[in-house]
Amino acid sequence: MNHIAPGAHAGIYRYDSIDRQFVGERVEQFRKQVARRLSGELTEEEFKPLRLMNGLYLQLHAYMLRIAVPYGVLTSRQLRKLAEIGRRYDKGYGHFTTRQNLQFNWIRLEDTPDILAELAEVDMHALQTSGNCVRNVTTDQFVGAARDEVVDGRVYAEILRQWTTLHPEFTYLPRKFKIAISGADHDRAAVRIHDVGVLAKRNEAGETGFAFYVGGGLGRSPFVAKPVREWVAEEDFVAYLEAILRVYNQYGRRDNIYKARIKILVHELGLERFTREVEEEFARLRGPKYRLAPEIVAEIRRHFAPPPFEELPPASEALERARAANPAFARWVEVNVAEHRAPGYAIATISLKPAGGIPGDATSEQMELVAGLADRYSFGELRVSHAQNLVLAHVKQDDLFDLWQALETAGLGTANAGLIGDIIACPGLDYCALANARSIPLAQAISARFADPERQRAIGEMGIKISGCINACGHHHVGHIGILGVDKKGTEFYQITVGGDPTLTTAIGDILGPSLTEAETVDAIEAIVNTYLARRTEGERFLDTLKRIGHTPFKESVYAAA
Amino acid sequence: MPKQDETLKAITANRLRDGTVVFLGPDGRWVEALDEAALFDEAAAEPALAAAKAKAEREQFGVDIYAFDVAVGADGRLPVKMRERIRALGPTVRTDLGKQAAA
Repeated sequence: MNHIAPGAHAGIYRYDSIDRQFVGERVEQFRKQVARRLSGELTEEEFKPLRLMNGLYLQLHAYMLRIAVPYGVLTSRQLRKLAEIGRRYDKGYGHFTTRQNLQFNWIRLEDTPDILAELAEVDMHALQTSGNCVRNVTTDQFVGAARDEVVDGRVYAEILRQWTTLHPEFTYLPRKFKIAISGADHDRAAVRIHDVGVLAKRNEAGETGFAFYVGGGLGRSPFVAKPVREWVAEEDFVAYLEAILRVYNQYGRRDNIYKARIKILVHELGLERFTREVEEEFARLRGPKYRLAPEIVAEIRRHFAPPPFEELPPASEALERARAANPAFARWVEVNVAEHRAPGYAIATISLKPAGGIPGDATSEQMELVAGLADRYSFGELRVSHAQNLVLAHVKQDDLFDLWQALETAGLGTANAGLIGDIIACPGLDYCALANARSIPLAQAISARFADPERQRAIGEMGIKISGCINACGHHHVGHIGILGVDKKGTEFYQITVGGDPTLTTAIGDILGPSLTEAETVDAIEAIVNTYLARRTEGERFLDTLKRIGHTPFKESVYAAA
Repeated sequence: MPKQDETLKAITANRLRDGTVVFLGPDGRWVEALDEAALFDEAAAEPALAAAKAKAEREQFGVDIYAFDVAVGADGRLPVKMRERIRALGPTVRTDLGKQAAA
């Protein structure tokens, strides 16, 4: 047995009575607001901001409810509740997003207060998943488990969550505000494409501190976040972020929605002036009120204590035997399993990207199955990645084969994490009211074209990211190959970019050439891949080949027939 | 009867209570199927839209009300833009969902 009580050791913040009272009161407040809207007491104009504050959008087919998954960490109990809501109030499935949240697409307004009440039963809500406020703070999906982790980002993401929830100054910012935090050597949270990206680290004295990057973001005007401070001491963490938000709140543009994000402010003020403003505000704020006391950090950290790992040898003989006996399992281990900091354990990525599937969608049955597997193999805890996959972070190596078999049976054993089939795609025009083109069919066609797992493995690391509009929810700008859907006189076309990089060496991709039809785009991706395979040197990644030989060979291969 | 191969306008909304896509019917009632929707020529669409908005607000029935182009041909009615085709039928990637599922 891994554990006694499923979920008892899950690395989530556990609500206290004050938290529960607050969320409960908010649900009842919204219940009254819905009743007033349905009775006609509130107009749609009056009601819309209220429903958005509770994560409720109106999309193409119905209302869409976006539920917060703080820093992407869930207990099995919470996932079971999401599965139950999907079955009872939606159409039996949910969609995991690039902000580590979950969206339901077919929600009824009149059911929403009941749904929020059910979420509150498992310490969940939909607050600040919409609106011009601080959104869900994202982090590394391997947090607390990764071999290369220096600082546990969950602790600080939770501190940020508590600090920013209904913060009176930051409820009506110029625009939405997105923060990502990472505490590992490798950036798995794409921190430099966020309004604020935080790298948690330790100095030589063993103290925790933070490097701050500000002004990143994709959308209409993509920018890579710029470094504003190399080291902020732990006790100043809240003060420094508050200083950034205050400067943004004061100077950010409210007259033009397209220029309202902090990236535009940093760009227009210039990094030097922006940094000076922040430092001046920081100097004013520093003091007892904003000091992050070690006791508070320790108390939050207590919630994220490591689960009771068994003492195990670093390598599992059972795992090696299973790998030798089963090539498909060996492939899955090679591709979807990462090293764990605890000897004898591993981190398993559950791909929500079967060949020809809809990226990020999971049925209620699949959610329940994964919840059961989390109980059985990972202390009742799981994570959502910004790449729209699920993660079991603490699996004994001895258990990996049994886990994989269970996943395979449910269609969740695809070995493509980080490969060409692991496509990030926004819901696109099939669901989203903002989209100009469909994203999902293209993702399905590309993943079907590259379904062969051996071919995927031969291609190696390859991030394809698809957005159905310029808002870039599919992060297309930082895809190794990015695809943006555009509407041309009622017909869907797709613009390809290459060279995007979501890691700390962040780069915005370059447009390859004129946009293409859906069918042409699939062929174009194949042409790009084939050019890479033909030109790469031994062990060379796609991005490195692209840097070495330039865009021209790829462009020529794509547009040769045109 | 509309002429063949003609582009006319229909009026659509999302039903307030559940968000379901609805269309303005011939008698001023809201209907769920595009085939049952009233079709208007350019001149008639604008006053019909204004009246529909006023009525929906009065009755707390629909939100996000707008007119869109529908091509009417031998094979029936087809929204000119993909967005409205998807609204009228359901997601193209899940034909088991939306109005198309019941067809």
